[in-house]
Amino acid sequence: MLAFVIQRLLQSVLVMLTVALIAFALFNYVGDPINSMVGQDTTLADRERLRQELGLNDNFVVQFARFVGHATEGNFGLSYQQARPVGTIILEKMPATLELSFMAAFLALLFGVPMGIYTGLNRSSWTSQALLAISLVGVSLPTFLIGILLILIFAVVLGWLPSFGRGSVVHIGWWTTGFLTVDGWRAIILPSITLALFQMTLIMRLVRAEMIEVLRTDYIKFARARGLTSRAVNFGHALKNTLVPVMTITGVQLGSIIAFAVITETVFQWPGMGLMFIQAVTFADIPVMAAYLVLVGFFFVVINLVVDLLYYVVDPRLRVEREVAGG
Amino acid sequence: MRNIEPLLKVKNLRVEVPTRRGILVAVDDVSFDIAPGEVLGVVGESGAGKSLTGAAIIGLLEPPLRIAGGRISLGGRRIDTLRYEAMRRVRGKEIGAIFQDPLTSLNPLYTVGQQLIETIRTHLDMNAAEGRARALSLLKEVGIAAAEERIDHYPHQFSGGMRQRVVIALALAANPRLIIADEPTTALDVSIQAQIIALLKRLGRDHGTAIMLVTHDMGVIAETADRVAVMYAGRIVEIGPVRTIIDHPSHPYTVGLMASIPRTSGQRGRLQQIDGSMPRLTAIPPGCPFNPRCPQVFNRCRVDRPELMPAKETLAACWLYVEATAERVRV
Amino acid sequence: MAEITAPPSIAALPGRLRRFAESDLLYSFRRSPVTVVAAAVAFIVVASALLAPLIAPHDPYDLASLSLLDATDPPAWLADGNWSYPLGTDNQGRDVLSTILYGTRLSLAVGVSAVILSMLLGVTLGLIAGWRGGWIDTVIMRVADVQLSFPAILIALLIDGVARTMLPRDAQNEITIYVLILAIALSYWVHFARTVRGSTMVERNKEYIQAARVIGVRPARIVVGHLLPNVIGPVLVIGTINLATAILTEATLSFLGVGLPPTQPSLGTLIRVGNDYLLSGDWWISIFPGIVLALLILSVNLLGDWLRDAFNPKLR
Repeated sequence: MLAFVIQRLLQSVLVMLTVALIAFALFNYVGDPINSMVGQDTTLADRERLRQELGLNDNFVVQFARFVGHATEGNFGLSYQQARPVGTIILEKMPATLELSFMAAFLALLFGVPMGIYTGLNRSSWTSQALLAISLVGVSLPTFLIGILLILIFAVVLGWLPSFGRGSVVHIGWWTTGFLTVDGWRAIILPSITLALFQMTLIMRLVRAEMIEVLRTDYIKFARARGLTSRAVNFGHALKNTLVPVMTITGVQLGSIIAFAVITETVFQWPGMGLMFIQAVTFADIPVMAAYLVLVGFFFVVINLVVDLLYYVVDPRLRVEREVAGG
Repeated sequence: MRNIEPLLKVKNLRVEVPTRRGILVAVDDVSFDIAPGEVLGVVGESGAGKSLTGAAIIGLLEPPLRIAGGRISLGGRRIDTLRYEAMRRVRGKEIGAIFQDPLTSLNPLYTVGQQLIETIRTHLDMNAAEGRARALSLLKEVGIAAAEERIDHYPHQFSGGMRQRVVIALALAANPRLIIADEPTTALDVSIQAQIIALLKRLGRDHGTAIMLVTHDMGVIAETADRVAVMYAGRIVEIGPVRTIIDHPSHPYTVGLMASIPRTSGQRGRLQQIDGSMPRLTAIPPGCPFNPRCPQVFNRCRVDRPELMPAKETLAACWLYVEATAERVRV
Repeated sequence: MAEITAPPSIAALPGRLRRFAESDLLYSFRRSPVTVVAAAVAFIVVASALLAPLIAPHDPYDLASLSLLDATDPPAWLADGNWSYPLGTDNQGRDVLSTILYGTRLSLAVGVSAVILSMLLGVTLGLIAGWRGGWIDTVIMRVADVQLSFPAILIALLIDGVARTMLPRDAQNEITIYVLILAIALSYWVHFARTVRGSTMVERNKEYIQAARVIGVRPARIVVGHLLPNVIGPVLVIGTINLATAILTEATLSFLGVGLPPTQPSLGTLIRVGNDYLLSGDWWISIFPGIVLALLILSVNLLGDWLRDAFNPKLR
């Protein structure tokens, strides 16, 4: 158990270092860190002095170590565009993105998993066929188009829900939440549905495919041959075995919600990290891009780690040592 | 002959699968009985329809395969027309099943105890403690050492042979009257095969359980079965007592099959093989399906399809014995 | 799958293709009405995009013909509509139908080029990794693993963003399209590489490859002449499915404002432009390109699904 955890932790650290290396390369070689700190009128000599002070003339390894050190403290320098510490900006934007992603993940799982189970068990039923057809349309409709359609229907034509922004938020320490105001709840409905829809169809198709695969296995046939009730076969055996691989992929999918939030946030002008990232790309705001990359990488690594550990808990084949007895 | 009322009666069973090239007949007009406590071996090459016959009896044909004709009765009760829920109560309770591959027959996410207790409590009115006690005694009965400890282990902690013992325990969980064992030893090491067969034989005798033993291994049949049904291209070509089939087969296919088995006793000649291969379901020839490979083929074999008819000491589907039948009728 | 694993040489290919076309592939195509409809829709969209200069009522790139007086006209069948602009006009007075036809051309061009590029890249790296093994394999597959743990859209955004920063601003409009193609290609090569590597490792140990080695055929010739034809089947399936994704990615990037510019609009750009006018009720500027985009992606997805099922009967 311990060895497994340590191994996974090491792998995570390695991935994080790779991501940090890319971010560092971006930061140091694509952008010019000096430009982010000084005005147009600074002389070349001053710039050179600053380079020296900042250690930009040190060798690669030292600089990278310093970058990683700063990054772990949340220090990514100043935004070119806003001339404020990137760490502060991200901290302001993070709650909006995390609340939206959480809401979307919740919706995607709440509807995606049961729909997947249903369509997997009742392959030829009319409802399943309809759900599958709709899901294919769902996969093919670009996220931003779904957002636009929802805005057109519910904000423009019906006028029921706001088309942009987060509504009023409540501050709790550095965190801001929209979950405590009616306004905030109204504002999150359309964006979270938009963000959830694609993941939901994906999870549904995934659960369905896995369910069908499991229902084909010998141990399910044998469970039927033992005369277990359909309920026990489908939910006690098939579902449990389905959820093991589904959990892994679903975990990764949920992680990608944070990344896909970029699109949804742009459509709904949701004041989160995604919108911030797009603005950074448009303005070539390298420090913000680098910081976003590291942060998203971090989220992904943590999610993958948690999923791996869960896998370990659920599947006895990993948990229990192999102790095969003879004959 | 046997006077006891048969436990299982299969009459004119026909299993079909619709395909885009038309309906294929996978099991064609198969009839046989199994008496209580009797072991019937069913042999044949792969694709001969042995496993499908077994699956049809326990009502677990995979769609689009379907029973297209005939009837199956267990203890006088017709079971092929039962609805899913009624048939479910028969499976496990009255007919136990053993599958080919013990490595894949058990759900890897549950302990063997959980799977046993679940099966026991589905069919027998027992509380959790009684179920566990029965599971434990079953594990001991199938020869699992340190059963008290092993009951809480997961399938992957058992070896192949041990897992097949667990599968046998599962098949016996509700004390069924019939066990359908589909190639129970094929996936096992040769050294373990004999142990499993001996176990199966002993348990069948102790519990008075009839066994339908589906296999392509004549050695296993010789060891275990009371009677043998030989299948070829979806049909039974010969059926009779095991010793007779082995020593004095009537159907040319059975003759060829027996000649291809190495023997350790008796006269040892060269091993023989049957030329050609079994026809695919899409290309079963008219008349007797064996006629293209048959060394004793004559005209009628290519036109008319033979039914099972008395031949020497067995029943064989072969026109060679039609004269004998006719004579017997005349007498 | 038998079609793919069956050994042989290129000489057998035409026969194999013929057999395939005669039997299962064509059969499953005709048997699936959805696939037939999808193929028809895809054909219509692609054909009209290719023929855009011939069938478009206006030339959207001809700035002289534009008149702001005609801006944001609704579709012809609505009040204030005008049949010279069947689907209405956008904010600059461009005919929406014409911009859609030209936009589809660009979307397809970017999508197809990106898929071909990523296919070349992925197949090459996959063949190298699978054939050579060792550290080269480890390096390629590690990179693939890390990349695969991030959504492709994020990778494309990042590459796109970096390229924008490094390129001079005034050159950007002309080379944006190449940057886009590169960004998308670089974010999708992994699927090809993984598949090809897997099948290469399987095929590598088969007799016909061993035989070719024994008789002294040069490795490059073995890989290209013997191995490639036998691992290419799944690649084509992935290619079709990835085409839909590539078109979608291009549209998304353009929608986010980091793709093709409004002067050279793809479907995504058109939707972005129209989005600004959605709240004022001028829905047609974004909705019509949206419908075409959705139809295109849906039909390509359906074709890809069908192709995958036809190649892999087990899933049917």
